[in-house]
Amino acid sequence: MSDYNFAYLDEQTKRMIRRAILKGLAIPGHQVPFASREMPMPYGWGTGGVQVSAAVLTPDDTFKVIDQGADDTTNAVSIRRFFQKTAGVAVTEATTEASVIQTRHRIPEQDLRADQILVYQVPIPEPLRFLEPSEVETRKMHALEEYGLMHVKLYEDISQHGDIATAYAYPVKVEGRYVMDPSPIPKFDNPKLEMAGIQLFGAGREQRIYAIPPYTQVVSLDFDDYPFLPTKADHACDLCGAQDSYLDELIVDDAGGRMFMCSDTDYCTTRRKAGHVGAQGVPYEKDAA
Amino acid sequence: MTPLLQVESIAKFYGTRIGCSDVSFDLYPGEVMGIVGESGSGKSTLLNCLAGHLTPDRGAVRFDTRADGLRDTITMSEPERRMLGRTDWAFVHQHARDGLRMNVSAGGNVGERLMAVNARHYGDIRAAAIDWLGRVEIAEDRIDDRPTAFSGGMQQRLQIARNLVTGPRLVFMDEPTGGLDVSVQARLLDLLRGLVREMNLSAIIVTHDLAVVRLLADRLMVMKDGHVIETGLTDQVLDDPQHTYTQLLVSSVLQV
Amino acid sequence: MIYIENVSKSFTLHNQGAAEIPVMARASLQVAPGECVALVGASGAGKSTLMRMIYGNYLTASGRIMVGGVDVASAAPREIIQLRRRTLGYVSQFLRVVPRVSTLDVVAEPLLATGTSRDAAMAQAETLLTRLNIPERLWTLSPTTFSGGEQQRVNIARGFAFPYPALLLDEPTASLDPTNRATVLAMITEAKARGAAIIGIFHDHAAREEICDRQLDVTQFTPGLAA
Repeated sequence: MSDYNFAYLDEQTKRMIRRAILKGLAIPGHQVPFASREMPMPYGWGTGGVQVSAAVLTPDDTFKVIDQGADDTTNAVSIRRFFQKTAGVAVTEATTEASVIQTRHRIPEQDLRADQILVYQVPIPEPLRFLEPSEVETRKMHALEEYGLMHVKLYEDISQHGDIATAYAYPVKVEGRYVMDPSPIPKFDNPKLEMAGIQLFGAGREQRIYAIPPYTQVVSLDFDDYPFLPTKADHACDLCGAQDSYLDELIVDDAGGRMFMCSDTDYCTTRRKAGHVGAQGVPYEKDAA
Repeated sequence: MTPLLQVESIAKFYGTRIGCSDVSFDLYPGEVMGIVGESGSGKSTLLNCLAGHLTPDRGAVRFDTRADGLRDTITMSEPERRMLGRTDWAFVHQHARDGLRMNVSAGGNVGERLMAVNARHYGDIRAAAIDWLGRVEIAEDRIDDRPTAFSGGMQQRLQIARNLVTGPRLVFMDEPTGGLDVSVQARLLDLLRGLVREMNLSAIIVTHDLAVVRLLADRLMVMKDGHVIETGLTDQVLDDPQHTYTQLLVSSVLQV
Repeated sequence: MIYIENVSKSFTLHNQGAAEIPVMARASLQVAPGECVALVGASGAGKSTLMRMIYGNYLTASGRIMVGGVDVASAAPREIIQLRRRTLGYVSQFLRVVPRVSTLDVVAEPLLATGTSRDAAMAQAETLLTRLNIPERLWTLSPTTFSGGEQQRVNIARGFAFPYPALLLDEPTASLDPTNRATVLAMITEAKARGAAIIGIFHDHAAREEICDRQLDVTQFTPGLAA
């Protein structure tokens, strides 16, 4: 513990990042540049999210990390251990117990409270990037609210696939002003972007931070005749029987046997502990071994 | 009658070198004006100054806006100018790939300007795209193909459709037939002439091809070394040129 | 309708030692509605030059050329365009059109340009082409590939499509067979009857005698040739 400053980053860096976060909260959805630091992990592993987490963590916080909904993947475990070691904060896998949650590709199924912060890892913060490669031009488009191009992308989806095929990183308009990439969360999660907690987005390689304050209007872009639909696999969780959660599909044997299970492992486990059992599930206690 | 575009003493310098200097003219609704001159004569610089792509060092470019009448487009705010750029103005580039999004389908290319002015009904946008592809003689079944799969002439026609879909009043064209086969040029010229008449478009066409201006332009402006050296009715300038350089230009055209 | 007063013109050939060639001096002419005046004179006397000056195709150095109240010699290009659209027609010896455009469209264009509906313009074009014996199978083709006589007739059909109050005709009956020649002369007579003021160049002596009310020898305006 004495080997590192609290939460790895030096205090000046954290102040710089906090200023970017405050500016981001003041202008919801607007990408604020910040001087991203080298972190002891490769780009693409959450360097942006880690810096934001480091800047908002206090010694009293309880920290949770989820990667595609799961608490026990390499990325989640590594980042959780990183802050255990450098900040000495308490960690948890339970969504309700955490005060700061760093996430990659999911929003927890459990509604967040006003005293919770959700930190997203963002690979490419610029939603217009794929159609307009010039950063100078995209910044101007944001500044002048010229967002027609975003609908060109959706148009292309419908013309090629018969429907809006964009299933993740689905663009949203924040508080009627900025168009924002919500990071690669499934579009099923988009309605949850309007929440009580604070949402912070960090892109390390791209050196951008943006934010959604609590209870901010977040609208998914669509066409009048092709309205936005949050979709998920048309199943219930095979482990806990949940009808309302986002599901992962697993191939379980060489004969093509499949099962669907909650992508949010904490949500699934909590439900199973409460006695819910899915089609292929077993009661929680026996499974524990 | 109010001119659609009123250009007053436009000058643009690149350091000490003259891009174009002291250019003034009025363009009225429905009028097509050609600007001819050799490479480096300042005709493209002038066009870019008029279209808001370059900021001239001196002068005014007043456009008859729908809301407020004549407004100087050089001193108006950038959002206003960009709004004009995607509604009342159109710009047809010499190279279609400069004016198209090559990684977006033909329909998306045509629909973009509609979506930029808040069209939000997919069916309507697609119907407008099909209508415009038809008007520039591109088959409906090519609507979902990308321009990379199109010939040069088709790309140019697609660029024109993309530009005209919002019903602009003023079209800037930079060598619109440059780099195309002669047979393709003729088809494009015919198309442009028809559209200019049907939509009562005003246009400013920069070219070094005198045959193109004879067929398309009502009026002609001849430029040399950044200056306008002769103006007048297109056929009058071509058949009875007054200036030394214009006489040389006209007599240098190869006869076929 | 057409009132020409004291007009002069010279060509300056800058690229040939700045040679100055005076081609017209103090030319004057008046044509009333319903009147047809023939320009005569030897080749090179300036018949076509005067015609082109009236049409605004050649600049006029001095003098006035009033056509329907507009002074062509000093008018802005925009005014001349307007004049040519509704007042002053011109049938030249050459057909200049966009390749690929159908004969029907070529003939209907002056009507479309003045706001006639497409159907009415096409109907009028068909009537004229029929009258001038252009076979119907050629109507949808571009006239660029036609024979000289056919091109000339298309040119006439185009020139007569809109009822201009003033008409300039440059050799309208050249290279026509007797039947078509008679048709064209009839069309000119009809134009006169509806009140058009016409100035023409006719090498066809008999035609000139038949339809022109008077002749004007332009040699008297030609510097160096004038008696």
